[in-house]
Amino acid sequence: MGRTKKMVKEELANRPDNTAFTQQRLPAWQPMLSAGIVIPGFVIIGLAFIGIGVALFVTSQSIQLLELDYTGVEQTSPCFKCSDPNAKNCMCELTFSTDTLFKGPVFFYYGLSNYFQNYRSYGVSKDDDQLSGNLDNFKSPSDTCAPYEYDRNNKPFVPCGAVANSLFNDTFKLYQIVNGAKKVVPLDGKGISWWTDYNIKYRNPAVTPLKNAFNGTVKPLYWSKPAYELDPSDPANNGFINQDFLVWMRRAALPDFRKLYRRITDGDYAEGLPAGNYSLQIAYNYPVLSFEGRKKVVFSNVSWMGGKNEFLGIAYLVIGSLCVVMSVVMLIVYAKFKFPEEE
Amino acid sequence: MHQHKQKPKNKEERRVRANDRDYNEKFQYASNCIMTSKYNIITFLPVNLFEQFQEVANTYFLFLLILQLIPQISSLSWFTTIVPLALVLSITAVKDATDDYFRHKSDNQVNNRQSQVLIRGLLQNEKWMNVRVGDIIKLENNQFVAADLLLLSSSEPHGLCYIETAELDGETNMKVRQSVSVTSELGDQNNLASFDGEVVCEPPNNKLDRFCGTLYWRDKKYTLTNQNMLLRGCVLRNTEACYGLVIFAGPDTKLMQNSGRTKFKRTSIDRLMNTLVLWIFGFLVCMGVILAVGNAVWEREVGSLFQSYLPWDPPVDNFLFSAFLSFWSYVIILNTVVPISLYVSVEVIRLGHSYFINWDQQMFCSQCNTAAEARTTTLNEELGQVEYIFSDKTGTLTQNIMSFNKCSINGQTYGKYTHTHTLSGRFIRLDFTPFNPLADPNFCFYDDTLLESVKVGDSHTHEFFRLLSLCHTVMSEEKSEGELVYKAQSPDEGALVTAARNFGFVFRSRTPGTITTTEIGRPVTYTLLAILDFNNIRKRMSVIVRNPEGRIRLYCKGADTVLLERLHPCNQELMNITSDHLNEYAADGLRTLALAYRDLSEDEWEAWSESHRCADKATNCREDRLAAAYEEIEQDMMLLGATAIEDKLQEGVPETIAVLSLANIKIWVLTGDKQETAVNIGYSCKMLTDNMTEVFIIRGHTVQSVRQDFRSVSLEGQEGDGTGGEGGKQLQCPPPPPSNLMDNISGEFALVINGHSLAHALEADMEMEFVSTACACKAVICCRVTPLQKAQVVELIKKHKKAVTLAIGDGANDVSMIKSAHIGVGISGQEGIQAVLASDYSFSQFRFLQRLLLVHGRWSYLRMCRFLCYFFYKNFAFTMVHFWFGFFCGFSAQTVYDQYFITLYNIVYTSLPVLAMGIFDQDVPDQRSLEYPKLYEPGQLNLLFNKREFFICIAQGIYTSVVLFFVPCAVLSDATQSTGVPLADYQTFAVTTATALVIVVSVQIALDTGFWTVFNHVFVWGSLGSYFTIMFALHSQTLFKIFPNQFHFVGSAQSTLLQPVVWLTIALATAICIVPVLAFRFLKVDLKPQLSDTVRKHTQTQRFYH
Repeated sequence: MGRTKKMVKEELANRPDNTAFTQQRLPAWQPMLSAGIVIPGFVIIGLAFIGIGVALFVTSQSIQLLELDYTGVEQTSPCFKCSDPNAKNCMCELTFSTDTLFKGPVFFYYGLSNYFQNYRSYGVSKDDDQLSGNLDNFKSPSDTCAPYEYDRNNKPFVPCGAVANSLFNDTFKLYQIVNGAKKVVPLDGKGISWWTDYNIKYRNPAVTPLKNAFNGTVKPLYWSKPAYELDPSDPANNGFINQDFLVWMRRAALPDFRKLYRRITDGDYAEGLPAGNYSLQIAYNYPVLSFEGRKKVVFSNVSWMGGKNEFLGIAYLVIGSLCVVMSVVMLIVYAKFKFPEEE
Repeated sequence: MHQHKQKPKNKEERRVRANDRDYNEKFQYASNCIMTSKYNIITFLPVNLFEQFQEVANTYFLFLLILQLIPQISSLSWFTTIVPLALVLSITAVKDATDDYFRHKSDNQVNNRQSQVLIRGLLQNEKWMNVRVGDIIKLENNQFVAADLLLLSSSEPHGLCYIETAELDGETNMKVRQSVSVTSELGDQNNLASFDGEVVCEPPNNKLDRFCGTLYWRDKKYTLTNQNMLLRGCVLRNTEACYGLVIFAGPDTKLMQNSGRTKFKRTSIDRLMNTLVLWIFGFLVCMGVILAVGNAVWEREVGSLFQSYLPWDPPVDNFLFSAFLSFWSYVIILNTVVPISLYVSVEVIRLGHSYFINWDQQMFCSQCNTAAEARTTTLNEELGQVEYIFSDKTGTLTQNIMSFNKCSINGQTYGKYTHTHTLSGRFIRLDFTPFNPLADPNFCFYDDTLLESVKVGDSHTHEFFRLLSLCHTVMSEEKSEGELVYKAQSPDEGALVTAARNFGFVFRSRTPGTITTTEIGRPVTYTLLAILDFNNIRKRMSVIVRNPEGRIRLYCKGADTVLLERLHPCNQELMNITSDHLNEYAADGLRTLALAYRDLSEDEWEAWSESHRCADKATNCREDRLAAAYEEIEQDMMLLGATAIEDKLQEGVPETIAVLSLANIKIWVLTGDKQETAVNIGYSCKMLTDNMTEVFIIRGHTVQSVRQDFRSVSLEGQEGDGTGGEGGKQLQCPPPPPSNLMDNISGEFALVINGHSLAHALEADMEMEFVSTACACKAVICCRVTPLQKAQVVELIKKHKKAVTLAIGDGANDVSMIKSAHIGVGISGQEGIQAVLASDYSFSQFRFLQRLLLVHGRWSYLRMCRFLCYFFYKNFAFTMVHFWFGFFCGFSAQTVYDQYFITLYNIVYTSLPVLAMGIFDQDVPDQRSLEYPKLYEPGQLNLLFNKREFFICIAQGIYTSVVLFFVPCAVLSDATQSTGVPLADYQTFAVTTATALVIVVSVQIALDTGFWTVFNHVFVWGSLGSYFTIMFALHSQTLFKIFPNQFHFVGSAQSTLLQPVVWLTIALATAICIVPVLAFRFLKVDLKPQLSDTVRKHTQTQRFYH
């Protein structure tokens, strides 16, 4: 008996396994684009998008934004005199006024146009080892920094590379004009860079005083001050972890961009900029006219979803409405051409 | 033909001297060591890499890698190319290495088999690989033959030995080999050790049934033929021992010469894919040129002014050179449109499909314990596109189990029952045992008048069965007294000898010179004077025997057409009656043979025997001269009668043919059988039906008559009025209508064409007419065709119809057809395994063909098409984003994404979900594909993946890339974090775009997947999960601290993905990409549902209600 069983088994030794996998009968979910799912789905998506769109649009509308171009292209512009490439240490002053309270906290940006921080060879022109405080790379920077690796005397630039070299160096002071007198609006430059940039990515070498680490190096070609003296007012805000430097080094994705310059959060202005007249004093150092660039300052406040962003709200509204319209179209089509059920 | 070629002397002939290694070594013949493996440990890496880099795609990526090493051009780190390339190369290398490992293993096993070699008079054990040409080796029973040997002597009388050639040609019956008489006397080792004959023979070749050589020994010449040879791969049977001289060793043996690589078949999708990849190359170059021109303009207009912040690199001194470099940089970053992993993924998917075929229980035949086998793994999707099936008849449509069914003896027909009649109790199966103790109990016959006729001693009947018991090449094995087992080369022969056995003429045993039978209980031994072999041209075989009384008689059996021509004129009347019987049998679908004899006088025999010996010794044109000699004696014969053998249809054949023709597959039967038999089988398997408007029969013998036949067919076809009936109308009225009109005819037609007419129809000036006529018919039957004609017909359709062809057959005569069709299917049945060895797919029952095509083929095609569409889509969506970004970054070849993302996108983030879809997807369940054969049509019409579909995918990919670039671009340019920090920095942009991309392509694959198995779930969700996990890991502080230089994106993932705006952007982009697709697909299903949609919906509703 046992033998016959074994024989039968041997006879069918080549029979493939009868498993759901080998027989392609795995249990499976087989979704279909049926009207019962697609049409309500479109309605729900459409309504959700419209809802979000309305919220975004309303929020965005409540955000105040003030942009001032100070490139000085027009002769009427107060900065026209500074736009001459030969002008040195030129200062100019812009005045503006607000009718209502500019609700705080107010963020103060500078913006550049037609400026290609996203150009590939510009972007790679830096030395991450050097910027993370590696002293070896102070003496011999990585060749990615070319053409700002060494100066004519073959001394290494620190920080090297085109990105660092082109550090934005206009500075701004903001005054409220109260009864004809200028009242300084305090600007807060702390924490305007990414936390990871400030705490991890960029490190000063562990040398005190910091100055000594820079022995045998030269400051970048376009800099007026060496890296360790960027902020004379705050010794901790120098070297590679200077906030303005960090903001600049985080390069922009698009040729028109703005970067955070300061926050207005302190003193009388914690609630925002009251209605009134203001004067912005600009130390105009950064030439952009040669390549038809533009410079501007931007004041803005934010909501839960960040700064003013009308596109997002409108896009949501449009897509949401299209979904609803589509669902109606599909419903009509479905009603007209639906499957003959008996088939 | 090779005789005309001038070749070096040692190539023209081979000289081997026995027991003389020094002499033979001069010729440097191959040793008996075989090597089918391609690599060894040292050569593996270089050789394998060399082979792989012969693939254009791989070389292209190597070229890219070199470009990336040039710093001015390198827009991407080298590892973005090398990681995928290395992965692809290593997957292929691992596969090659495993294959080769198994080849090594089997080589070693074979090379180390032991054999006994006679060295200096002593038998020594040697490994096979150490056997040399010219050695004498001893074989024992059941041993494999080590090399191609000349049989010298054997333990059996007359130097006979028996071999089984299953491994060589798949035939399981035993065959006899005999040594040249002069060497068979050598006997033992001592004599053999001093044997110093020299063999001069043809150079190595792959003809298994032919050998031509001469033995020179002691100043005499002896002719050697295939009858004297033992070929490597055979097994010695029923023979205690034998000695042989090694003639061909190792790679020169006929077995190895036959194992040449078969022609590599490619599918139409393969060819399309290659074309598309070339187009993509062209597209890539265009993109590169556009961007390079953009770069030139930008550098001139903007870059030159921007030099205060970004001076041109020292080698770049003008905008044109910069543009040149930019072109190459863009070639590098846009290279991902040419998908490196495409070919490897396609191979993986096909391999998976092949396994599903091997694993399919419903294609397993439990009677013969064989599962279906996909012997080629590269053709699966073409199974879903077949339009023409060319089928053999015998053994393919029929079982090839022959039963002796009817016979006509001296104008009297016997036998009543055939398979086609219903089995009612009226016919009683004859019981032979009381009459004949040696009868085969399995034999069935239903007419007792025949047995009576034997019993009363009718001389014609006796002679009839005597012929059947003598004229054959069957071998018998008598295990115990009376228990006979016949081993026949063809089932027909076995059936006839068994019939004779049951009617009292029992074939007992044979030696080369005698045949022993038991005639009605009385043992008789005939002297066998000559066997006039059967072949496809002669279509008959004869034996010449001398009976114990000393009378010499020639017995001949063969195809009626050839045999009836060679009868003595006095047979006219009997011939007419027998012909009628033959036609009757053929109309019943039986296979017929005619039998005849001729008495020979001693003088006649002597004279003929002399001329035969002459022909036999001839060195050139030996076969032709032999045939002429045979022809000479097979004349003036006396007709005995005819036999009819039934070959039963296989199970499920009519149903399968019906389903396949519903699937719009045209089935052509190509058979060697008679027209009547073929037509009858055509009816019984429902290829031909009574509903058909007309069955045309073309049987002209001359060019003119065949042409006329075709024209009349065309005329008939045009009228298309359904004159109906038996067909075969041969109208004598030209003018010829234009043949393309045939495409428009209505009604169902069938065409039957004869072998000799086919020969004319295949000629260049008539083939168009033939093709257009035949293709307008629903069924085509070609009868009496030769193996070569089978292949020619297939080639003809391939050439004129551009359709996918499938050839299915079981015998050696189908091999050429199987090899020339796009897909060859071998039926592993009764007739050996030659067809299977040449085939791409094999199984044991014709009816499995419907499952292979309609289920596996259809799914494979569907999956492959969906896979390719998605694959091109995802690469375009991924890559074209760089193109749009080019317009915003000064055409500087800045990538949008992190380089790690670029490296991993194709191989980790998006590879597995699409593979899972390519392997597991199903639109409708398998039984539905069989229920609705029309579901097969999209494959034949090539609807699911063609150039149009490709452009749609590409367009969708480009649309997605536009959305993926411009939506984040528009949103992020003004957006800020809630801390006021702008979001428009490069890294945030990169992370946002990449995340949106991964999500969009994942949603898209989720939409494309119609069959979510657990694997699909794991892979889709796993890929998404792996994307986030890997991104967070790569952007982590830990990695940055170890390699500050490599991981610039530290912190970007957290910083970006914590922003609600970023998620709103991703959601928006996803919606814009997916919503139109969703709406389009819904409307398509709704407005223009494909059959598969309807069936799928129907199936789901059913499942819902049950």
